[in-house]
Amino acid sequence: MTHHARPPDRPHPPAQARGCRDTPILKQRGQHEVFCGLTGIIWLHRKMQDAFFLVVGSRTCAHLLQSAAGVMIFAEPRFGTAILEEGDLAGLKDAQDELERVVVDLLTRRADIRQLFLVGSCPSEVIKLDLARAAERLSAKFAPKVRVLNYSGSGIETTFTEGEDACLAAMVPALPETDARQLLLVGALPDVVEDQALDLLKALGIGPVSVLPARHLESGLAVGPNTVFALTQPFLGGTHAALERRGARHLSAPFPFGEEGTTAWLQAVAREFGVDQAHFDAVTGAPRARARRAVAKAADALRGKSVFFFPDSQLEIPLARFLTRECGMQALEVGAPFIHKGLVGEELDLLAEGPTLAEGQDVELQLDRCRAARPDLTVCGLGLANPLEAEGLATKWAIELVFTPVHFYEQAGDLAGLFSRPLRRRNLLQLEAAE
Amino acid sequence: MKLAVWTYEGPPHVGALRVATAMKGLHYVLHAPQGDTYADLLFTMIERRDHRPPVTYTTFQARDLGADTANLFKTACQAAYDRFQPQAMIVGASCTAELIQDDPGGMAETMGLPVPVIPLELPSYQRKENFGADETLFQIIRHLARPMERTAHLSCNLIGPTALGFRHRDDITEVTALLEDMGISVNVAAPYGASPEDITRLGAAHFNVLMYPETGESSCRWMERELGQPFTKTVPLGVGATRDFVNEVAGLAGVKPRLDTSRLRLPWYAASVDSTYLTGKRVFLFGDGTHVAAAARIARDEMGFEVVGLGCYNREMARPIRALAKEYGVEALITDDYLEVERAIEDLAVELILGTQMERHIAKRLGIPCAVISAPVHVQDFPARYAPQMGIEGANVIFDTWVHPLVMGLEEHLLHMFRDDFEFHDAAGPSHHGGHAAPPPPDEPEPRQESAEVIWLADAEKELKKIPFFVRGKARRNTELFAADRGEKVISIETLYEAKAHYAR
Repeated sequence: MTHHARPPDRPHPPAQARGCRDTPILKQRGQHEVFCGLTGIIWLHRKMQDAFFLVVGSRTCAHLLQSAAGVMIFAEPRFGTAILEEGDLAGLKDAQDELERVVVDLLTRRADIRQLFLVGSCPSEVIKLDLARAAERLSAKFAPKVRVLNYSGSGIETTFTEGEDACLAAMVPALPETDARQLLLVGALPDVVEDQALDLLKALGIGPVSVLPARHLESGLAVGPNTVFALTQPFLGGTHAALERRGARHLSAPFPFGEEGTTAWLQAVAREFGVDQAHFDAVTGAPRARARRAVAKAADALRGKSVFFFPDSQLEIPLARFLTRECGMQALEVGAPFIHKGLVGEELDLLAEGPTLAEGQDVELQLDRCRAARPDLTVCGLGLANPLEAEGLATKWAIELVFTPVHFYEQAGDLAGLFSRPLRRRNLLQLEAAE
Repeated sequence: MKLAVWTYEGPPHVGALRVATAMKGLHYVLHAPQGDTYADLLFTMIERRDHRPPVTYTTFQARDLGADTANLFKTACQAAYDRFQPQAMIVGASCTAELIQDDPGGMAETMGLPVPVIPLELPSYQRKENFGADETLFQIIRHLARPMERTAHLSCNLIGPTALGFRHRDDITEVTALLEDMGISVNVAAPYGASPEDITRLGAAHFNVLMYPETGESSCRWMERELGQPFTKTVPLGVGATRDFVNEVAGLAGVKPRLDTSRLRLPWYAASVDSTYLTGKRVFLFGDGTHVAAAARIARDEMGFEVVGLGCYNREMARPIRALAKEYGVEALITDDYLEVERAIEDLAVELILGTQMERHIAKRLGIPCAVISAPVHVQDFPARYAPQMGIEGANVIFDTWVHPLVMGLEEHLLHMFRDDFEFHDAAGPSHHGGHAAPPPPDEPEPRQESAEVIWLADAEKELKKIPFFVRGKARRNTELFAADRGEKVISIETLYEAKAHYAR
């Protein structure tokens, strides 16, 4: 960490003598309270504007997507479900033919679709529907106009954000080969955030830069042995492996959450591209100061407060690092659906010893621990938030951390604000007077 | 396979969840993969419930499939019993678990749990949410209810209200009051608010009130047969239906009909001068069969609208809805295909949609006012205030909610008179929508193929712009239809006014 330029007014606590990398991880088996990977479609279909996501699954899958997305999306979604019916299961109909029929209907209706993802679900996995073969057949049929890929977002294989990972990983083998020296940013970010990141990298003189996923199919995105890539999300383990198989090299770094994470992430990229420290400081100085000021404002409500994470998005470890180091919170438990030490190792190094690290979930036992700990703030999924509020615990819905722009300097204050708002609300409401 | 963009109903186990969540002292053990736990948020977020649904999911994963998912089920079942100590349990499988054929019912039976364990057979690939709710309630009642002595005081059960239902909570209050006015008390309301112990007391009532046929009819039929309890067929939605309901109840109970109408305002409001603008407004109705049938009667007979289309998504109600549509001189649309509904609405050029949360999406896209009359619903359909649909107060609430999305009577005239005024210009929108909050709908959201062949002369186009935005889309369509009928390819001001005269009413 000696490469880090540290302005004198740096507010962070000194790097811990020991982080959490070797902390034993609590693993309990029981009911999970986590979305399945299909839900990644909700942001991916907005990110890739020429793509359509066709879930091959049951009525439950369709209902899930609508329940998870229906509250937000009023435009016609670029996703749908090919609902399996009795005839498909009983083998009365040829599933491949049926799927082809649905896809032809769909592509006739939506002539603007250039990429079609066939998304596997729990039922299609269990009946072993061969979507890879379907994708191959359909690709041949509709080439070159439409490219058809497949991945699994099933709840028996993936949780919540792993759906994005599976989708991006499925795109990697289809990318053209290039020998060009380039940086690849990996992870679906809101356009505004992605643009900010690209501007920062440009100001640092780093380029050419590509982004996976690209907003459109014809973006010129390619990959090869001279590609180095940086992940912007901590849940992209499968994509990481797929890119390495294509010869690309990963730039390991903390994730760009908060001022510290963003600086460390940019520093890792800058080092790779030989940006000198003075230039780095000149480019990042102003936004860093801005980010620190913005975080400090929200951190007033957070300092000294305790936080408890239920597993949801795999963002938990980087967020715990941000909240403890930049906002002065104390982490009691950090639960994640899956902990990929290869990706979050540097985050664990920064996270001070103390919190329980938990992987997977037995929600009842975890609720017992949470109630016993009485954290000032509990970060959890939508199924648990209101019941915990009713028990008197302040909560932050984890889902907003995935849907709201929270990466890089300009969003650092907003990220802290997402956590401080529930606490500020508790101070504002004078409910005793109303009762 | 069937392509679905939005769906009106969830899978049948969601229907079972609606029953379980409505009840107290019951626990549902659902053999299901982790993704299915999303259903919890329907209740905690959309309905804003303050506790988790009483459901334990086994959340099996791919690696369990080769091993022992059956054992996983038993462990979850035992843990759920130990932790929650319910009076009774229901057990079943979701769509994925149905495929792996573990037989939750059979397994739970062998466990010797000290409470009734009711197995649910809900065929996920054939049936849907309403069936699941109806069947679950029926199974619970069939397992727990027994004939018994009737209460000394005249009483009935309220059957059908569930969690996540459209205004079920408030309808119970309203119907209870209607019955109390006639000296009839409510023995048990089920499933909403009932415990398994309450279910064992169903037989004590003299008759049943079937509030929602979608979710309670099987139970009422069974109780009629096994417990000798007749049940009501009229659903008290709207003024006329409430009067009919009161008469029907009086007949079943052998008492005099009595209806306190001192708070009833719908008939006078609908007859008042301001409501003239409602006259003949073209409405399209879509939702569950019960609410659509009731809403059609209210729309035509109690509000003076013209019902130009109606339909339902639940095929179980196809027959009565088809018959009803015939009475209204329209063709019923029976479909669970959201896109088909959207096409019908577009083709009919309607002025008001009375539908579900899904139609709200359609309405937004087409720029048509919309009010919700049926599930599926959204968080905003669980208002904090008392807002029943049934009975006298329900009729008042319905008047308000249907009229609210429309531009009000006098305002409509002002918009005509002062259309060039800076405060009444197109972009201002109806005043009750917060002025600038609601952007005016685009003139023609997606020009249709046919209209591309018609040419609007500049003068005619300019004249069309003078028509207030909320009727402009219809004026454009009508004029184009009129021109097409007469084989004209060019639309002039003349054509515009000819068409206006032609469609005048």
